[in-house]
Amino acid sequence: MLKKNTKKAEPKKTTKPKATKNETKLDELQSTRERKNVLMQGNEAVAYGALDAGVNFFAGYPITPSTEVAEILSAELPKRGGVFVQMEDEIASICAITGASLAGAKSLTATSGPGFSLMQEGIGFAKITETPCVVVNVQRMGPSTGMPTSPAQGDIMQAKWGSHGDSPSIVLYPDSVKESYELTIRAVNLAEKYRTCVILLLDEVIGHMREAVRLPDMANVRVINRIKPTVPPHWYKHYDENQKYLSPLASYGEGYRFHVTGLTHDSHGFPTNKSSEASEMMERLRKKIDYNIRDLVQIESHQMEDAKIAIFTAGITARAAKAAIAMARAEGIKVGLLRPLTIWPFPDDAVRKMLRNVETVIVPELNQGQLIHEIQRLTKDKSDGNLIPIQRVNGQLITPNDILRKIKEVS
Amino acid sequence: MAKSYEIRLSGSGGQGLILAGIILARAAVIEKRRVTQTQSYGPESRGGYSRADVIISDDEIYFPEATNFNCLLALTQEACDVYLYDLRDTGILIIDTTFVKNLALAAENTYELPFTDIAQEKLGSPITTNILSLAFMVQITGIVKPESLKQSIAESVKPAFVELNHKAMELGFELAKNYKK
Repeated sequence: MLKKNTKKAEPKKTTKPKATKNETKLDELQSTRERKNVLMQGNEAVAYGALDAGVNFFAGYPITPSTEVAEILSAELPKRGGVFVQMEDEIASICAITGASLAGAKSLTATSGPGFSLMQEGIGFAKITETPCVVVNVQRMGPSTGMPTSPAQGDIMQAKWGSHGDSPSIVLYPDSVKESYELTIRAVNLAEKYRTCVILLLDEVIGHMREAVRLPDMANVRVINRIKPTVPPHWYKHYDENQKYLSPLASYGEGYRFHVTGLTHDSHGFPTNKSSEASEMMERLRKKIDYNIRDLVQIESHQMEDAKIAIFTAGITARAAKAAIAMARAEGIKVGLLRPLTIWPFPDDAVRKMLRNVETVIVPELNQGQLIHEIQRLTKDKSDGNLIPIQRVNGQLITPNDILRKIKEVS
Repeated sequence: MAKSYEIRLSGSGGQGLILAGIILARAAVIEKRRVTQTQSYGPESRGGYSRADVIISDDEIYFPEATNFNCLLALTQEACDVYLYDLRDTGILIIDTTFVKNLALAAENTYELPFTDIAQEKLGSPITTNILSLAFMVQITGIVKPESLKQSIAESVKPAFVELNHKAMELGFELAKNYKK
């Protein structure tokens, strides 16, 4: 199941700037991997991560601040035998990547708030049909068209609850350009492994920010491909269970016949109204996430060892927190950061441990209160006075000084 | 040199400030230093506000936006008025007097030149104002080496425009070397 990608970076004869002028940026990147830092945007890192993870189908409707993902893939995918389609809208985009995946492609789309809202029904369809695909949402200020070039973290809850019906989600959230590359690969891998629609949330600032990045050699990139059925076609069940609730997936055109519907279905994929089969399907969707939570949850614990105050936040706001922590520590205040890289499923255990060890938790976020509800859910024995929000929704970032002021107030 | 150096390039959309920020950041990458480059701009492609932040550091950079600048370049009156107060006491202020007519606060290290007029006169177009003023800034601050900036320009602009931009860069260096307070 875990497969090491054996594709080697192509050696180039020369790396002089003059000689590389005619090469694409990606060729240049490949030729200098592991040897050189390059200046790269978060959105570029997502595109290169997708290519390295083996994505060979992109359908999308370009939208600020995610446009560069589509722009780069439109140039790079056709060169590698992949497919890029600019769709008529975001509803068509999510449907196209779901269909392409059922035909065997590794597929991805990129969008922002307004497009993400339109995609919600399609995301639910990909989840109920257990079809691997990845939706990248570079968040911008909402609601509606909002402020296209301004950052916000307003889609945290939508990423989990946006589609109707209960459907457990896998949502990843990077805080740097490098991590955007890494978590894109992880998102594609998890989609393939868990047969679901994985969502990658970026902040506008992360998508547009440039940082020096050194990409790993392709030999060190771990790529996961979906499990294929080993049974003869007439034995194949489209939704078969093994111990970890991960079932093999045939592609259309390989000789396996299967039915795909958004209706509640039995293990062959045909619609059912039987309550026993309905509950079996719903349980499988839940358990494949719940039973594998250790594989799915990733968190960063930063200076938490002796912390009396903890900051809990994700993405760009976590970087403001780290800067604030450095300033506060210089004044002798014991403060640390817990940062989820996987925001859904929520890292309950890590948060409970944090709550046991600290007196106060500060939750800064670029919305009117989303992550803080999850902390509240886990805070039964603490008074509200020990849970401090910092919220901002004016298109500006929460700065290190904003957080430092709050740290000083509560310390 | 300071461990972490924060620069804000500010003006209006269409003046090429984000490209200037990218070029400066890439020059820092050439010198194997840590760097972040962020930007803020309105939805329009010309007009409106625009700014690019570059932080160059020897340590990990946590927060990528400049909040307390070591150097501020202001190409419009509005940008100068808004950002001047976030310049450090010892910070360097560089203004384009083609557009900035009124200085609300005299910074300790202020450099004033009509960059846009100079670009128009000496290079035939105001389009090179960004590189001209960036090169001036690099020479004054010494934040990256002139040759790194030259290489970065070559890697960042289309081949047809490398020569023109290198000319603007050389002129910027000259202006800085001959600048009399």
